[in-house]
Amino acid sequence: MTPSLVLAIAGGVLIAAGVYLVLERSLMRILAGVMLAGNGINLLFLVASGPAGLAPIVGEPRDEIADPLPQALVLTAIVISLATGALLLAMSYRSFQLEGHDEVADDVEDTIVRRRAQADLSSEAYVEPDSSAVADTESGGRLVLDEEGDPTSADAAEVGR
Amino acid sequence: MDLANLVPVPVLLPLLAAGVTLALARHPAWQRVVSASTLGITAILALVLCLAADALGPIVLWVGEWPDGTGIVLVADRLSALMVLVSSVVTALVVIFPSRRDIADGADGAPVSVFHPTFLVLTAGVSNAFLAGDLFNLFVGFETLLFASYVLIMLGATRERVRAGSTYVVVSVVSSTLFLLTISIVYGATGTVSFAQLPERLAALDPGLQLTIQLLLLVVFGIKAAVFPLQAWLPDSYPTAPASVTAVFAGLLTKVGIFAIIRVQTLLFPESPLTDLLLVAAILTMVLGILGALAQGEIKRLLSFTLVSHIGYMLLGVALGTAAGLAGAIFYIVHHILVQTALFIVVGLIERVGGSTSLARLGGLASVPLLAVLYLVPALNLGGIPPLSGFLGKVALIDGALETGQPLALVAVVAGVATSLLTLIAVIRVWQRAFWQDQAPDNERVLSARVLPRIWILAASALVGITVALTVLAGPLTSYAQRAATDIRAGAYQAAVEKAQP
Repeated sequence: MTPSLVLAIAGGVLIAAGVYLVLERSLMRILAGVMLAGNGINLLFLVASGPAGLAPIVGEPRDEIADPLPQALVLTAIVISLATGALLLAMSYRSFQLEGHDEVADDVEDTIVRRRAQADLSSEAYVEPDSSAVADTESGGRLVLDEEGDPTSADAAEVGR
Repeated sequence: MDLANLVPVPVLLPLLAAGVTLALARHPAWQRVVSASTLGITAILALVLCLAADALGPIVLWVGEWPDGTGIVLVADRLSALMVLVSSVVTALVVIFPSRRDIADGADGAPVSVFHPTFLVLTAGVSNAFLAGDLFNLFVGFETLLFASYVLIMLGATRERVRAGSTYVVVSVVSSTLFLLTISIVYGATGTVSFAQLPERLAALDPGLQLTIQLLLLVVFGIKAAVFPLQAWLPDSYPTAPASVTAVFAGLLTKVGIFAIIRVQTLLFPESPLTDLLLVAAILTMVLGILGALAQGEIKRLLSFTLVSHIGYMLLGVALGTAAGLAGAIFYIVHHILVQTALFIVVGLIERVGGSTSLARLGGLASVPLLAVLYLVPALNLGGIPPLSGFLGKVALIDGALETGQPLALVAVVAGVATSLLTLIAVIRVWQRAFWQDQAPDNERVLSARVLPRIWILAASALVGITVALTVLAGPLTSYAQRAATDIRAGAYQAAVEKAQP
């Protein structure tokens, strides 16, 4: 089998562009990246299906028809990537509705753990609730830390937001 | 009736019921009856399938009886039949829990009626992934369960869930894209995607290309199974979903990844166990996962980290590349699916009773003895206290590792024991904090089991009861797992598929 060089290179370029876009934070760019990479992979399936120019699957002997299986696989892949695209679009629109942009935010609990570590405090699970200086019922005595990792009262943080 | 016709039922029945529940969107009570009874029937049929696969060897169905092996093939060997059985038991019990309040997460006008159809599609996808007889059908199974899980993880579409869902969706889509890329390479190199034909044709390839394909597949399934260093998405995205959804995700979805890794390692590349690489990944997954759990102040997140950590045990069993290790891993998968699901379900109950899952807010839950027992038993089981199944599973794995006598396997044993102790610390910390310690003085919430619907308590008790029963069933289950492991390694799979070919 001699694979077509042009198809292989085109597939590679599409996948590379897709990978670059997926690394972004904005969901729309990720969507574009997923679409590009998906189409690049579909091209690679065409490479795998052998030389071009053979007839489709009609009553011919086996070695004179194009391999039908990759076509079926690509068809399935296209349908799935259509659904992925629709879902990502909806997600990005919902994110825009809620936040005014479609960039994925950091995890809240993760940020708390990280700030506690930077401030050299022990994990939240090991702090006695009544020993904390902040007797705030809303946060259950949880220490709220500001950007530098200093404890502030939860109310102050609430106002600052 | 031919037994082979039973093989696609765990996929078809939930799909059919998904359509029915969608039509019943305005009758939530009926939706629940339909999905619970469907999943119950599926579980019974899966038990029949499991016993049949054990007695008769792998059961194979060539869908549509196309000549020359051109059709799709579904295979229920001992391993996949057992996985289908456990997953359908778990889903049949969990489907009882979701309530309107959990699903909507306070969002007005949230489409709660989509829960049951989506959940059933998820079940169908999981079963399809277990029964798939070729790489592409495995891909389709993965996509089915992933799309259902995208919907479930973002139910209600509140701010927090959309954020968590975005991470989950993007990571899953990337892994699916990589999977498709691998399939195109495999097809280009061998001209087939069937599990029965691939071993022979892969072995004939250039060793470098073989290794590339194997590593690509391992990365793809490593992302799904949350193996270090591909685990970061899991603790970030699972905890924000409704408790019952997280329970199923934690119990089943990562295990589908581990199942696929077992297929790759035993069926496609039996000659290249990559023991050292996988052992290092297993050790790091165990240790880093559990260290992450110790730092958490929120129970669902803490459990998500223990989930990552215990994936390491299963990977350890697969990495050894021996029948004993594989049997240990299979036993551990069954144990872990049940225990992790039970724990997340109980955390859902804790959330209902205590009003929170943050350790800083909880306290005094020991005044609800039933809840305390329901938490403590699976928690100790996860930590590996004898005579519970967690202990037995870990002993089987450690035994298998010691048998090989490699230095790295000994390191893995040490890491496994340390992880087990640290797991105990993590879950006991929750016990001490949420149950033993008094409620904070300014917290006036009245703690009582009365807020829990009776059927929840029943289903949760049944689930915890099954995890305890695993101790009693450990003997038959272990020998089943050993038979499954030897089966796979002896090539019964390929032989059965070829024999059944029309």
